[in-house]
Amino acid sequence: MAPEKELVQLIGFWGSPYVLSVRWALKLKGIEYEYHEENLLKKSPLLLQYNPVYKKVPVLLHNGKPLVESLMIIQYIDETWKQNPLQPQDPYERAKTLFWAKFAHEKCIAPMVSSFFKIGEEQEKCVKEACEHLRTLESALEEGKRFFGGETIGFVDIAAAWMGCWARIIEEILSVKLIDEEKMPRLIAWFSNVVEVPALKECMPPTQNLLEHNIKFRKFLVAAAERLQSVPLTGN
Amino acid sequence: MAGDELILLNYWISMFGARVRIALEEKGLNYEYREENLQNKSPLLLQMNPVHKKIPVLIHNGKPICESNIIVQYIDEFWNDKTPLLPSDPYEKAQARFWADYIDKKLYDSGRKITWNKNKEEAEEGKKEVLEIFKVLEGALGDKPYFGGENFGYVDISLIGFHMWFYAYETIANFSIEAECPKLMAWDKRCLERKTVAKSLGDPKAVYDIVLKSRKIKGLD
Repeated sequence: MAPEKELVQLIGFWGSPYVLSVRWALKLKGIEYEYHEENLLKKSPLLLQYNPVYKKVPVLLHNGKPLVESLMIIQYIDETWKQNPLQPQDPYERAKTLFWAKFAHEKCIAPMVSSFFKIGEEQEKCVKEACEHLRTLESALEEGKRFFGGETIGFVDIAAAWMGCWARIIEEILSVKLIDEEKMPRLIAWFSNVVEVPALKECMPPTQNLLEHNIKFRKFLVAAAERLQSVPLTGN
Repeated sequence: MAGDELILLNYWISMFGARVRIALEEKGLNYEYREENLQNKSPLLLQMNPVHKKIPVLIHNGKPICESNIIVQYIDEFWNDKTPLLPSDPYEKAQARFWADYIDKKLYDSGRKITWNKNKEEAEEGKKEVLEIFKVLEGALGDKPYFGGENFGYVDISLIGFHMWFYAYETIANFSIEAECPKLMAWDKRCLERKTVAKSLGDPKAVYDIVLKSRKIKGLD
């Protein structure tokens, strides 16, 4: 059976970690794709057409058919291209993988990201919540294992290990502590093990660029909040 | 399969627990149902779901699976010889997951604005959001009998548990889902005709009574 001509396109933003995780999946599977950079301040008609519900990146187009939400895109990629499987075959192990990817996204990454959009007490609350759940994630990592599932890179790694880099950026800009060197040694080792994989390292945007972009973004958010409140905010 | 031990830890009013009950029934599986008192969680629940300490939890031969949509996917994958709940085509599967995820992200929180409202404004806001979500879902349903097409499946299972809460939403926020979203209510009636659904859902009026009692205890009324 002749292979169908595959057209794979990714609509993304260079600074988005969710887009990065999809790029990681495509890279590990050896899938060629066209990349379209989106200006998030002026979303294209294409993006609004292909993701009318959330209007966000990443959007994967496979032969013109859209897929959205990074975790679900990665699942789709894994199920459509069978080489280098990212998820375990066993249903129980798959369920565990999905559980931890969901936990990482909803309980660690979400409050971390939220903290960036907040100030004062609300920001502190988000940071505290993120730290608490990061400690749970730490305990889910097994001592001595290179990746989340073992010695082979997999779903949870590419879904979430990028959070180490973004956590450091948030820490620097907000002057908060998310990653505790003493309490989270396994997390720190895991972040580094994943990000140092050559194929994945190639896709990483330069940390300096991410830092500069997010400093600007934070200034913009603070200024917008100040305009609403019409008093200057204390803190970062 | 002979020798499979299945235990479901649940609280009957949970729209999430309902998903698992329906999936087990659709697959014709025998299981032990254990009602949890969420004010006094059992040692088994705390042991089997130490991360979230929540129901539903499915325990299969001693191994726990948590998070309702993950449990339903597990049930579908493990007992893959009968009554498929998810489509086999990867793209259609992705679509099904998308809508179940949308329901998870949106409906529960907006519904809570109604049931646990601190004032009329919050209830009204919840009502508007819930109706918006229902309209989007009606769009996804289209003219099909079920979300996946001709057969009852994953997205239907994801949503139908909320049926138990419709009466509470309508009564507290004073509106009629039928009047605003007749297509969705037609789908709702269709699903309730299935034995697997009817036996898995609690009585909506009983759910409403529990909400009222809880509201009094929380000092909201």
